[in-house]
Amino acid sequence: MVSVMTPAIQIREVNKSFGAVQALRNVSLEIAQGEFFALLGPNGAGKTTLINILAGLSRADHGKLAVMGFDVASQYREARRALGVVPQELVFDPFFTVRETLTIQSGYYGVKNNRGWIDEVIHHLDLADKADTNMRALSGGMKRRVLVAQALMHKPPVIVLDEPTAGVDVELRQALWQFIRKLNADGHTIVLTTHYLEEAEALCGRIAMLKQGKIVALDTTKNLLESFSARRVKLRLSPDYLPDDLESMLLQRSESRYTLALSDFSVLEKVMSRLREAGIAVQEIELLQPDLEEVFMKIMSKH
Amino acid sequence: MPGFTTLFYKELLRFWKVSFQTILAPMLTALLYLLIFSHVLEEQVQVYDGVSYTAFLVPGLAMMTVLQNAFANSSSSLIQSKITGNIIFILLPPLSHGEFFLAYILASIVRGLVVGLGVFAMTLWFVAVPLKYPLWVLLFAFLGSGILGALGIIAGIWADKFDQLAAFQNFIIIPLTFLSGVFYSIHSLPQFWQAASHFNPFFYMIDGFRYGFFGISDVAPGLSIAVVASSFLALSLFTLWLLKIGYKLRY
Repeated sequence: MVSVMTPAIQIREVNKSFGAVQALRNVSLEIAQGEFFALLGPNGAGKTTLINILAGLSRADHGKLAVMGFDVASQYREARRALGVVPQELVFDPFFTVRETLTIQSGYYGVKNNRGWIDEVIHHLDLADKADTNMRALSGGMKRRVLVAQALMHKPPVIVLDEPTAGVDVELRQALWQFIRKLNADGHTIVLTTHYLEEAEALCGRIAMLKQGKIVALDTTKNLLESFSARRVKLRLSPDYLPDDLESMLLQRSESRYTLALSDFSVLEKVMSRLREAGIAVQEIELLQPDLEEVFMKIMSKH
Repeated sequence: MPGFTTLFYKELLRFWKVSFQTILAPMLTALLYLLIFSHVLEEQVQVYDGVSYTAFLVPGLAMMTVLQNAFANSSSSLIQSKITGNIIFILLPPLSHGEFFLAYILASIVRGLVVGLGVFAMTLWFVAVPLKYPLWVLLFAFLGSGILGALGIIAGIWADKFDQLAAFQNFIIIPLTFLSGVFYSIHSLPQFWQAASHFNPFFYMIDGFRYGFFGISDVAPGLSIAVVASSFLALSLFTLWLLKIGYKLRY
């Protein structure tokens, strides 16, 4: 019986090596039901290895993993039924059409007569025109949509997307996120890896960052942005001059634009009044929001 | 076992969709063997009294086709899935290793039997072959294709590239089938090769299968069924164990 309190994903002290390469080092992580969670890290950080172990494609050397409370090794049937995975590689079976692929995928999970749901997913992912087309004949973006559809066939409570938008055009990316947001709003737990940090920032409530198989940051997106990223303001001044007592805040000067670091946006008022006192007019002002890319770079360089 | 039913259906659909290559082509090959060998040897060779060489050849050719196609089915399906990466579609769902095994082996058996039946039906145009013990024939065809289906799973899992699979097929499966008495009785061989043939499990498959047609065989049919059934059991258990530990499938 899965209670509301059961974490969607539980990862405890997981280690995994491939020969001499240690892919995961003592990784522990808990993701609650209903979260939209991002797993970030540079290439080779261990994100896909972690997902593979969770999905049963790979086996941990040490540690425990559970999906909706079901151990991925000893209760693999229940654990796999609770999980939908969109793999990173664009894989497909060249023998079948889109509809056949989805019908077969449903059957593997014991879902019979799934036509209604197949039609709904096909509609949402804009695949209706291609439903009876052979997988070989689809473009990369279309194949990606089918992979997403396949992961949803058994309506899993937990959905893992391993770089779903790699090499996907803007239009599809938007459509895909809209659909995945809807799934999250409907109660599905979403775990995502991506190289597009602005996507993670916009979508995910919590983020884990991995580097060389270790978790180096784990917090809410808001906290990460607040604790690691500075607020900045970019100004064009007339006359083109910055009062001496504001020099300490100067981060960068280029093409007569001054970028100042602010400990808080409330400091901006002091900056403006100081400029007024000095008889300097502000000709342009741009507030720079903290972004995840900056946080990411800082965390990666620290560890 | 809904997962099994779907995987079995998918495996059948896979070879059915390319039936020119998977069913008709091997039937044509067997027919060519029959036409050429029977044309050249019909007058020269008589293996069993009262049985023409062409008639003698039919069960051997049918069984050889059954075995080769059963092997080709599971091995090619698995290696293709591994190389293209779509093997994850069957590794991600909650399929047990038993379901995996049964689906692949039964699809191999079905393909073997369909092609074998096709070869047999075609040869009826050329020669009348008696069918003395049909159940015996069916039993050997079933177990033989099961053995090769299991070998196909093992080879498909073990091989990392098409080249390795081709080596398994060309250096193990084909020599063992050709040297099993498809085209001759082992009694026509020199002493050494006669003895060697007794160590070839494929020989018992062909010989027992042929016994079902003519009621005559090189060795006692009881011995053949014992060897074939125990080989099937041993290979099945080994394949199940490989699937259970996830050998070369789950790293």
